[in-house]
Amino acid sequence: MKATVHIFLKAGVLDVQGKAVEGALNGLGPVQGWGGVSNVRVGKVLEFDLTSTDKSAAEAEVKAMCDKLLANTVIESYRIEVA
Amino acid sequence: MKAAVLVFPGSNCDRDCKVAVETTTGAQVEMVWHEETSLPSNLDLIVVPGGFSYGDYLRCGAMASLSPVMAEVVKAANAGVSVLGICNGFQILCESGLLPGALLRNSGLKYVCKPIELTIENRKTRFTSAYGEQQTVWMTQGNGDGNFFAEPDVLKTIEDNGQVVFRYVENPNGSANNIAGIVNSAGNVLGMMPHPDRAFEPALGSADGAPLFHSLMKVLQAA
Repeated sequence: MKATVHIFLKAGVLDVQGKAVEGALNGLGPVQGWGGVSNVRVGKVLEFDLTSTDKSAAEAEVKAMCDKLLANTVIESYRIEVA
Repeated sequence: MKAAVLVFPGSNCDRDCKVAVETTTGAQVEMVWHEETSLPSNLDLIVVPGGFSYGDYLRCGAMASLSPVMAEVVKAANAGVSVLGICNGFQILCESGLLPGALLRNSGLKYVCKPIELTIENRKTRFTSAYGEQQTVWMTQGNGDGNFFAEPDVLKTIEDNGQVVFRYVENPNGSANNIAGIVNSAGNVLGMMPHPDRAFEPALGSADGAPLFHSLMKVLQAA
């Protein structure tokens, strides 16, 4: 099975990368011809293959991986897709 | 005093920490590789040094916090051994759960590398008792992710318990409540972003880090 994990800083935790990208997009807007943007968040996506063949077992495994290593739940939230 | 300095792939202040501890306390200091599954016996101090463990990949300190030696550090900390995490070491201690909160990217997005002035907020810890009446101290700062964050209730607990040990005079990175260093609730684990290991003798520009190590000696001599 293939896992995809999306990790973002939680709402309320300052995302300085998101702020910088937002500033750049808004600065470029008038030149490039696009409208304004807000609430830009920069996160990360991890993809990996699993040996598990059972979907619910695989989801439980990936959740454990997120809680143990992939995300720091003090500051980050995550979303898992297993297919 | 008997001390150990941990070494992870990407640590770069491990030797600085060894020299700082040896010079200020005369302690016997052993370097301990991250794959070790046991620590030297009868340690008084474990230093988790600065650097870029595992290249700061995933999150600063995340992978180091799960290395074999850290399981032993957690056991030692719970048994009351003094643990000092500096810079990346602070990040590792937060990731390991030994300290509350987390370190975010600096609010100004820049790597901050400069001498920095700190107030000593709590002089009663085992890490600060030798500071006497000195109000502020100078150490150096060098990090990209030093912006201390904790949820409001956690922050309140840390403040109410006197766990804030060092505060920035001028906030360089957006840290909550200007926090530069905290101890755990038991008071034996200190994490700080500024480097006492780069400020322990006048030739380095400041000797204000030395009393931190002297404080640990005082505790041992009193015991």
